[in-house]
Amino acid sequence: MVVAKADGRYAGRQRRNFIATALSIGAAGFGLAWLFLILTVLVIKGVGGLNLAVFTEMTPPPGGTGGLLNAIVGSLILTILAVLFGTPLGILAGTYMAEYGRYSKLTTLVRFINDILLSAPSIVVGLFVYEIMVAQMGHFSAWAGAVALAMIVIPVVVRTTEDMLLLVPNTLREASTALGLPRSLVIRHVAYRAARAGMITGVLLAVARITGETAPLLFTALNNQFFSWNLNAPMSSLPVVIFQFALSPYEDWQQLAWTGALLITVTVLGLSILARSLASKKVPL
Amino acid sequence: MDMALQSVPVPGVARDREQRNRTLRRFRIGDRTFRILTQGSAIAVLVLLAGVMLSLVHGSLPAWKAFGLDFFTSQSWNPVTEKFGAAPAIYGTLLTSFLAMLIGVPVSLGIAIFLTEICPERLRRPIGIAVELLAGIPSIIYGIWGLFVFAPWFQVHVQPLLIDAFANIPILNQLFAGPPYGIGMLTAGLILAIMVLPFITSITREVFETVPPVLKEAAYGIGCTRWEVMRRVVIPYTRVGIVGGVMLGLGRALGETMAVTFVIGNAHRIVTSILAPGTTISATIANEFTEAVGDLYTSSLVALGLILFFITFIVLAAARLMLMRIEKKAGS
Repeated sequence: MVVAKADGRYAGRQRRNFIATALSIGAAGFGLAWLFLILTVLVIKGVGGLNLAVFTEMTPPPGGTGGLLNAIVGSLILTILAVLFGTPLGILAGTYMAEYGRYSKLTTLVRFINDILLSAPSIVVGLFVYEIMVAQMGHFSAWAGAVALAMIVIPVVVRTTEDMLLLVPNTLREASTALGLPRSLVIRHVAYRAARAGMITGVLLAVARITGETAPLLFTALNNQFFSWNLNAPMSSLPVVIFQFALSPYEDWQQLAWTGALLITVTVLGLSILARSLASKKVPL
Repeated sequence: MDMALQSVPVPGVARDREQRNRTLRRFRIGDRTFRILTQGSAIAVLVLLAGVMLSLVHGSLPAWKAFGLDFFTSQSWNPVTEKFGAAPAIYGTLLTSFLAMLIGVPVSLGIAIFLTEICPERLRRPIGIAVELLAGIPSIIYGIWGLFVFAPWFQVHVQPLLIDAFANIPILNQLFAGPPYGIGMLTAGLILAIMVLPFITSITREVFETVPPVLKEAAYGIGCTRWEVMRRVVIPYTRVGIVGGVMLGLGRALGETMAVTFVIGNAHRIVTSILAPGTTISATIANEFTEAVGDLYTSSLVALGLILFFITFIVLAAARLMLMRIEKKAGS
C-alpha cells in the first residue's frame, strides 16, 4: 500500500519532469522557428529584387524604378563618421575604467550609467540630437545623424573595452613597468595589444548595432532622394529608405524595401557572427 | 687611443643625461595627458546622460506649461486644436510591454533551461548563437516582417479563433473583442516578445551558470529530477538575477520603436480590446515628429520622449542593481 503510494508519487514527479523538459525543448524550438521564419521570408522576398541596378541607381521617384545607391552610400558615410566620433571616446573611457580607476567610485558610476545607455531607447537619442543640433542649426544634416549614431556606438565600445582590458593579466603590466615603461605606454603598447581582438570585436558589434538603426536617424539625418556628399545637408540611409518605401503604396518601392532589408540583415548578421568568432569571451548583447 | 676615449665621453655623458631627462619629462607629460584624456572621456559618458535629460526637459517645457499634470491623464491628441495628452501612448507602451513579458519571459526561461541543462554539449554553442542572432536582426526588419507577413497571417488564422473562443466568457470577451485587424496591441506585443527573447535568455543563462555545481549535484544526489533541481535549487538561487534579466528585457520592450511603429496601428485612444490598434510613446514620436508643426506639438512629443526616458531609466537601473547583486554573490 505504502509502496504503491510512493510509486504513484514517483510517477507523478517523473511526469512533471517530462512535461517541463518537453516545454523547454518546445520553447527553444519556438525561438529558433522565428529566426528561421524571418530569415526565410527575407531571402524569398529580397532576392527577387536583387540586381545590379540596386547598387548603381538612385532611389526612384514614386512609381518609378531605380536602385538604392544613394541610401547605401549614405549609410556607409553615416556609419564611418559615427565610428570615427564614438570609438575614440569609448576606448578612452573604457581605458580609464579598467586601467586607472579600476576600483574608483567614478568607475562604478560610469559603468552603471553606461549599462543604462547601452539599452536606452534609441529614439530618445534621436530627440536629444534633434534638440542640440538640428534645432540649433535650423536644418537636418548628416552631421546630426552621425552624432546620433555615435551616441549608440559609445556605450558598446566602453563596455567591451573595459571588459577586454580587465582580461589582460596583470603580470604583463608589471613586467613592462619593471622594464621602466611609463604607465601610458604600458597601456598603449602592452595592454591594448593584448586586448586588441576583443576591442575590435566591440567596434564590430557597435557597427552591427548602428547599421540597422532607424529611429535616431528619422529626425536627424532625415532622408534625401538624391545622391549627396554634403554632410551639412540631409542624407539618405538604408533603414530610413526601407521605412519610407515599405509603408508606401507603390510596388516597386516595396520591392526595394525588401531588398534593402535583406542587404541590411545580411550585413548585420555577418558582422555579429564575425565579432563573436573573434571574441574569446561572451559578448554583450 | 686611451686618452682620446676618455676625453670624448665627458660631454657625451652630459648629453646622455640631458636626453634622458628630456625623455623622462616627455614620459611624465605624456602620462599625465593620457590619464586626463581617459578620465575626461569617462566623465563625458556621464555628461552625455545628463545632457540627454536636460535637453529633453528643456524641449518639453512648453508642453508642461500648457498642460501641466493633465498631460498624463488626457486622452486627446489633436494637432488642430493643439490639445495633447499622453495617456493613450503611455497605456499602449505599458500594455504592449506587458504582453511581451507575458509571452517572452516563460519562453526565455524555457530556452535558458534547455541550453544549460538539456541540450547536448555540442549543440549548445550553435543554438545559443542562433538565439542571440535574434537580437542582431534590426528592429525595422521585425517591423516590415510583422506588417507584411505576420499580421495578415495572424488576422486570418488566429484572431478570429481568439474572438470566437472568448466570445461568451465575461471580461475575456472584452479583451478579445472587435474585428480582427491583424495589426494592433497584441500583434505588437507578440513581436516585442520575440525581440526580447535573446536578451532575457542570455542573462538567464549567465546567472544559471553562477549556481555552484555542488548545489545541483547534491540535489541530484538525493534523487531530485531535473525539473526539481531547476525549480527548487537553481531558480531560487538565481531569482534576483532572473528578475534583473526580465527587467532588462522590459526596458528594451518599452523603448522599442520601429518594429512597433509598423504594427501598432497608430490610434490615439484607449480601448479594452487588445486586438484593437493603439499607439505607443516611441511609435508616436517616430510617426509624427518630422511632421509636427508648431512649438506646442513638437514640445508635446519631446515630453513623451522624456516620460519614456524616465520609465526606461528606472526599469533599467533596477535591472542593473539586481544584476550587480547576483554578480557579487557569484564573486564572493
